[in-house]
Amino acid sequence: MANKAFQKTYTRIEAITKATVSLRATGVSNDELATVEGKLAQVVKTKGDLVTLQIFSGTEGIPTNAEVSFLGEPPALKVSDELAGRFFNAYGQPIDGGPEIEGERRETGGPSVNPYKRRQPSQLIPTGIAGIDLNNTLVSGQKIPFFADPDQPYNQVMAQVALRADVDKIILGGMGLTNDDYLYFRHEFENAGALNKIISFVNTTEQPPVERLLIPDMALTAAEYFAVDKNEKVLVLLTDMTLYADALSIVSNRMDQIPSKDSMPGSLYSDLAKIYEKAVQLPDGGSITIIAVTTLNDGDITHAIPDNTGYITEGQLYLRADPDSGKIIIDPFRSLSRLKQLVIGKQTREDHNQVMNAGVRLYADAQNAKTKMENGFDLSDYDMRCLDYAKEYASRLLAIDVNIGIDEMLDTAWELFGKYFTKAETGIKQELIDRYWPKSH
Amino acid sequence: MKSTGKVTGIVSNLVTVEIDGPVSQNELCYVASGGTKLMAEVIKVNGRYASIQVFESTRGMKNGDAVEFEGKMLEATLGPGLLSSSYDGLQNDLTTMTGVFLKKGEYTAPLDEKKLWDFTPIARPGDKVTAADWLGEVMEGWLHHKIMVPFSFEGEYTVKSVADAGQYTILQTVAVLTNEDGEDVEVNMTQKWPVKKPVRAYREKPRPDRIMETGVRVIDTLNPIAEGGTGFIPGPFGCGKTVLQHAIAKQGDAEVIVMAACGERANEVVEIFSEFPELIDPHTGRHLMERTTIICNTSNMPVAAREASVYTAMTICEYYRAMGMKVLLLADSTSRWAQALREMSNRLEELPGTDAFPVDLSAIISNFYARAGMVVLNNGQTGSVTFIGTVSPAGGNLKEPVTESTKKAARCFYALEQKRADQKRYPAVNPIDSYSKYLEYPEIQEYLSKIAGKGWVEKVEKTKNIIRKGKEANDQINILGDDGVPMSYHELFWKSELVDFIILQQDAFDPIDSLTPMERQEYMLNLVLDICDREFGFDDFEQCRNFFKEMINLLKQMNYSEFKSGNFYKYQEQLNNLLNNGK
Repeated sequence: MANKAFQKTYTRIEAITKATVSLRATGVSNDELATVEGKLAQVVKTKGDLVTLQIFSGTEGIPTNAEVSFLGEPPALKVSDELAGRFFNAYGQPIDGGPEIEGERRETGGPSVNPYKRRQPSQLIPTGIAGIDLNNTLVSGQKIPFFADPDQPYNQVMAQVALRADVDKIILGGMGLTNDDYLYFRHEFENAGALNKIISFVNTTEQPPVERLLIPDMALTAAEYFAVDKNEKVLVLLTDMTLYADALSIVSNRMDQIPSKDSMPGSLYSDLAKIYEKAVQLPDGGSITIIAVTTLNDGDITHAIPDNTGYITEGQLYLRADPDSGKIIIDPFRSLSRLKQLVIGKQTREDHNQVMNAGVRLYADAQNAKTKMENGFDLSDYDMRCLDYAKEYASRLLAIDVNIGIDEMLDTAWELFGKYFTKAETGIKQELIDRYWPKSH
Repeated sequence: MKSTGKVTGIVSNLVTVEIDGPVSQNELCYVASGGTKLMAEVIKVNGRYASIQVFESTRGMKNGDAVEFEGKMLEATLGPGLLSSSYDGLQNDLTTMTGVFLKKGEYTAPLDEKKLWDFTPIARPGDKVTAADWLGEVMEGWLHHKIMVPFSFEGEYTVKSVADAGQYTILQTVAVLTNEDGEDVEVNMTQKWPVKKPVRAYREKPRPDRIMETGVRVIDTLNPIAEGGTGFIPGPFGCGKTVLQHAIAKQGDAEVIVMAACGERANEVVEIFSEFPELIDPHTGRHLMERTTIICNTSNMPVAAREASVYTAMTICEYYRAMGMKVLLLADSTSRWAQALREMSNRLEELPGTDAFPVDLSAIISNFYARAGMVVLNNGQTGSVTFIGTVSPAGGNLKEPVTESTKKAARCFYALEQKRADQKRYPAVNPIDSYSKYLEYPEIQEYLSKIAGKGWVEKVEKTKNIIRKGKEANDQINILGDDGVPMSYHELFWKSELVDFIILQQDAFDPIDSLTPMERQEYMLNLVLDICDREFGFDDFEQCRNFFKEMINLLKQMNYSEFKSGNFYKYQEQLNNLLNNGK
């Protein structure tokens, strides 16, 4: 640390709240780190010589004569190839018993990529899950969350997607992970023999919530090192962003900020965008793809956290339990991959777009038929066919336990169209019907 | 003498400065911090202290850092070279920046000061001129870029001399004007204008009297926007706001398009960067980029510059309008700008309005929309700025401050609907809630009957009625069941489905269907209305459904075929056969 020689120690704290302390100090710069009684803290406000510090692990037990020293630098992570295969806490310290990382010190939460220097994402990321590949295709450089209720197996699906994706590095940012989930990830990564390409930054539920705020920046600083310096394809997993946002609201509340919707800080959109917008396709081939998890409260996507997330990310994958097929499916109505048009029909078969739309539209007709049925009305022949189709469509294509190639997904869809519908009912372009309509129907 | 000051407090990008002299509201200043100078704007003054919003990250800034005030407000630099440029919210040229990452304190010149332009004089010595009058012109690509008397010149001037035709840089003098006091003023090809002030150097602002075609049926046919008009597109995420706006940018019948990407996704701007230089403008055959200027302050770029980005964009539009151009401004999304205002108002500890937005939000929005419009220039020619903004309402709920404030200001309302998007009925514009006030203008009605045949507006009303009736019928069917309603209900419902599938829905990714010229819109609407006028008298609802599905399929194939091509007529003949054979 460059200015250690000039480091001055203070021992008189003027005010203490649950998350912050204030003291009189000079020569302090905005965002710089400090230690208070050995605990890491960051400058969040200066007013004259009164400096307010946010203490990540909370202010429990801090006395008014605590020893405060300023470190002269904003938060940073040491980066090098040694990061690969390691597990760290929110401060970037190893938690796997291994040695400290030697490497260049990089500020976290650094500047954004010049939009003009970005490249258009264009590489399909296959996952084998038809609810994703067929209806909501992922592209490298994309940012997309799973929207899921807390009881759904989102971490499992995410681990599955990560291990199937063809990437050079996988970086896990775990925020408020239960210890069980942390061990699950560790176990899955080890079992897949993929540990050497995985880096994890983990804050568990046993640790102070405000520490979580450091996790995404740590994970993304590591990601930028591999994507920018090493031109690698990096996949970043962030789970659970709802707990991250909750930590933001705790801090803003302690700072006496006026809350906006759902008691979230007014800057929630910008705070989340700063993280998600790190997803990028770089000109020299490196890329950062972000797959996140946003847990919902009883499927409510109008809550400020999923709502702001939806406006930032390039779509969302919505997990839902389907009572008809008894499986967890990727909801085709609410899910969306905004970048899918960049690869659909370009890196996949020409009929992909129309098959996808027809499949979902007919599934929607089935939902209408279902409503009719529930209201006790007679169903038409078409309604009955829709319902039968929906059941098979959900279990053979929407369920998250599907693992097939994209051509096979398209063929399965055509098979179902042929089985249940007439050509006109699908509304697909004639030339595609001529080419792909199953022969036996 | 410029005032200076010292930083005394920092909360995020709100910085308090102790000042040593006079400063004005919205005055620009620079904070010298860690070897770079960071641009900022005065937003509040209290005694010896000014509150400034810094347009960049304040990380590393210290109390005591020196501040220099500039004595002027944030200005746009106007001149040849704006077209096809890509700027950030403060009009820094993004293409000339070095490095992959944006560097703090790196400011680049908006216009190339070395490039030579072929100047042709228009004004002659002795001419009496006022602000925005044309002195000469240069060719900016295909565009006759007028060199004007700067907007900031007040009163009347006499042209003393104009440079001969020849090559000049934007900084060389091309004219000398004499003011009313007999003083000479030199004019070059560039001028500056404070972005928050509307440019008012024109003769008058009449009511719009024609529509601007977008090629999008649900807009042009059902709720057309006037040239010089205003409209807005609110919608929850995932309803196709951006796809719709990009379609308008690609197809809109304007000469100059300015896109302000305000607080939205960077990849959406990248899409424009990579596609617009390749795509062809359907009206002129030139590349789209040749008519487009991009102002981008994406969601990860400094929040404080979001507000600046929309004002900079509007100022550039007004500049081209003063040349007699038909300009279209698209801003995505004005909600992000409102949120930036909210963040700052919050840090200033102002008393909040609804949802913690500042109380003057409504006034700010309506003042901004009021800058659009068709104008008659001093020389009698016309120019226009048409403005379409998107709004991202929190939770998709249209009863929120930004949507409500915008509704008061904009004349067209294109409500995107979650339900339609869920059913993949794109563009997901709700046909009943959306409106265009311009349909009520007698001037516009007259114009429409000229380009689309007599009684066009009545036909549009009739179409909306079919949709409305179809919805009512469908509600009844859902309540009473297929057998519980008279047959006519099924027919009403399916007629509305016919309108929905053939007129409202449009495939933005199909090269033919995505762009429907007015002539084709007229043809298809007449065709669909003719069908809707028939009484079919079906025996049962299954028969009705099947018959309409078959018709919809044929008409859809027509939409996918080239207009009046062999295929097109082939499907139309099949349709006629179907209709002639009856149910």
